[in-house]
Amino acid sequence: MTFNVLWLQSGGCGGCSMSLLCADTPDLPAQLQAGGVNLLWHPALSLASQHELLQLLDDCLSGRVRLDALCIEGALLRGPHGSGRFHMLAGSGRPMIDWVRQLSGVARHVLAIGSCAAWGGISASGANATQACGLQYEDDLPGGLLGQTFRSGSGLPVINVAGCPTHPGWIIDTLMLLAADALHASDLDALGRPRFYADQLVHHACTRNEYYEYKASAAQPSDLGCLMENLGCKGTQANADCNIRLWNGEGSCLRGGYACINCTAPGFQNPGHAFQSTPKLAGIPIGLPTDMPKAWFVALASLSKSATPKRVKINAHSDHVVVAPAPRSKRGRS
Amino acid sequence: MTRLILGPFNRVEGDLEVQLTVHDGRVAQAQVNAPMYRGFERMLVGRAPLDALTIVPRICGICSVSQTVAAALALRQACNVQPPANGVLATNLMLGCENLADHLTHFYLFFMPDFTRQVYRRRTWFTRAQQRFGALLGNTPGNALHNRAAVAARARWFELVGTLGGKWPHTGAILPGGSSRALEASERVRLLQRVREMRAFLEGTLFGGPLEQVTALTDLAALQRWCAQHPDSDLALLLELAEDTALGKLGAGPDLYMSYGAYPDARGTPTWVQGVWDASTQKRLALVTQDITEDSHHAWYRDAVGSAARHPMNGATEPDADKPGAYSWNKAPRLAGRVLQTGALARQLIDGHALIHDAVAHHAGTVLPRVLARLLEIARILPQMEQWLHAIELHAPFYQAHELPTQAQGVGLVEAARGALGHWLRIENGRLSHYQIIAPTSWNFSPRDAQGQPGALEAALVGAPMDPTLADTPAANDSVAVQHIVRSFDPCMVCTVH
Repeated sequence: MTFNVLWLQSGGCGGCSMSLLCADTPDLPAQLQAGGVNLLWHPALSLASQHELLQLLDDCLSGRVRLDALCIEGALLRGPHGSGRFHMLAGSGRPMIDWVRQLSGVARHVLAIGSCAAWGGISASGANATQACGLQYEDDLPGGLLGQTFRSGSGLPVINVAGCPTHPGWIIDTLMLLAADALHASDLDALGRPRFYADQLVHHACTRNEYYEYKASAAQPSDLGCLMENLGCKGTQANADCNIRLWNGEGSCLRGGYACINCTAPGFQNPGHAFQSTPKLAGIPIGLPTDMPKAWFVALASLSKSATPKRVKINAHSDHVVVAPAPRSKRGRS
Repeated sequence: MTRLILGPFNRVEGDLEVQLTVHDGRVAQAQVNAPMYRGFERMLVGRAPLDALTIVPRICGICSVSQTVAAALALRQACNVQPPANGVLATNLMLGCENLADHLTHFYLFFMPDFTRQVYRRRTWFTRAQQRFGALLGNTPGNALHNRAAVAARARWFELVGTLGGKWPHTGAILPGGSSRALEASERVRLLQRVREMRAFLEGTLFGGPLEQVTALTDLAALQRWCAQHPDSDLALLLELAEDTALGKLGAGPDLYMSYGAYPDARGTPTWVQGVWDASTQKRLALVTQDITEDSHHAWYRDAVGSAARHPMNGATEPDADKPGAYSWNKAPRLAGRVLQTGALARQLIDGHALIHDAVAHHAGTVLPRVLARLLEIARILPQMEQWLHAIELHAPFYQAHELPTQAQGVGLVEAARGALGHWLRIENGRLSHYQIIAPTSWNFSPRDAQGQPGALEAALVGAPMDPTLADTPAANDSVAVQHIVRSFDPCMVCTVH
């Protein structure tokens, strides 16, 4: 039996769809098909337009077409004044939030694709004039458009495939696991994110880990050193496998030379400081690594700083390796 | 006289509604509605200046690098910093990568699938169009072959940004002082390999022969000869079905074209020149950016006091969903009060490419020249990117450190795939105090202005035929011509409603 997926966009940039198209596969539709996933409609990939789509939405609502998963990309815009008129679905004369509420009521699973649909995300920045929120969260407050107690037909809350953008692998794995009936409540973390990627930290497999160990920190962009102390990096606190499951071949934010902004987390858009600089108290970064007691962090940091090899210290302030690790001589082996 | 409300349009970025008045089977009047408000200009005010580099790429998932480059250029001016040559090359490589990918996505995923609509089922080319350009969803494995291949080629191609910028979309590697990621020799050879893979796809499938020979074509007759010699290329099939469906007569836009100039080198000299082309007088004019205004007469924003049109350095964005007479969340940008079209066609006319000038001489600024100009740009940009990769000086700096001013202003003008993109910002007390954005589709899909002058698409849709079908079915209100015209601009609605 195929697993019918409907994909709709609202208050966002469409970047999660564009990210999906970067999936590492020679034939994306064939891959989805082989995984049992049948995309009923997607804004970038379907021929059907205008009344053809409105007819499909009607068929899903009436049950003529079984809706196994509703994927929503982009925040839900409740403004102005709760009317939802900041996004009227074209050709329908109705606010998008009405469509999303109704379709969520008939879907077996509801997925938030990306951090806008999960928590509001960038779309809820600053004063949040559009009253943007996620499907079941408003930043880290449960609720959002559908309410804290919402459960889809499967009994699960909204599955938050959060990220800005989200990784193509996160989307495809989630859909294929759902199609195989292999993603259950225990596979989601406390914020509804699939644990297969949220149980990792961005720090894991970061290429700057040796610099981190010695607190050999980058002073400016393009330096090879660790980005945590000065340049705002939250990789030690961010739940995602970005340095294990790379982006666009060999990439990740840290490999691209800029900080992790913890984009899979609610509220990342308003960090309370400039994104690319680290807030400090008495010279110590405020945001410490996950599970790390402050006293230990301070003690280890000062110890490791004094133990930093010259090689690591010099390379940390360069944009390429200036001092290579010396090859071990055979005679030196014990 | 029938009034139609068409939407949602898909295979455009974001949501779009078009209202038509139809008379005698043809469009008599059109209103283009961008049905969403997002509020980025207001979000940016009060933020630390460099936060713009994290926020603005998220205006757009398909042209995020362009948005970042516009912000980086505006901040570069505000910070008075000159990036090293490598930083400029890396930025141009990422922008070129995105622009080529966007043109490819437009051709294969957004524009060509409409030729597989049932209205065309009796055409001689229909089966071939289905085999190559069927939409990715709802097709059997034997169909949509070139679309599938294009998506795969595109994914590999984006490894350029993956390496140089960490990821696509939403890289944070492009900065006022250059780029945050140096390149090593072995990485360069790998990226050159990716470029070769894309070249192989383009030369094998899209053009049928070497890119340099495509860019050397000087007129439509030469293009016809090329297609006769390379009959299996997608370019040849495009021309065959364009002739059969009269794409060269559909959707003529305004005679005025604008380009901010594309891919400036370290000295600021663009690879494709800046300017304005007036097709009615056949003259290229200098661009006077002070003549750019935005007017919110028919947009859901409070009007400026005194005058309806403002230069973006003095512009404002105050939403008013109840404004009488308004019908779009897009404002109406104008150059010295005139409507213009922007995009690949404008860039290549202004840069003086002979083939595109000949295409416009024969077909005016219609659907076919708009699509041809994009394909030509694909062929032009890839060899340029090979040169940029070779020009990177290994172990020379990519980034120049600089101070952040407490008071400053800056303008960032860039050519996104879809055309002229501008950011206008001010910094006061070390924070962003003003931010205005005019996106390419803001120009192309603008509503009427205070003078009642329709936007470029609104004008281009007039005269479009409705499909000949049975009455009293939903399809009676269909017009595949409208779909072709709308998509020929490659609209990005999410940028438009920033």
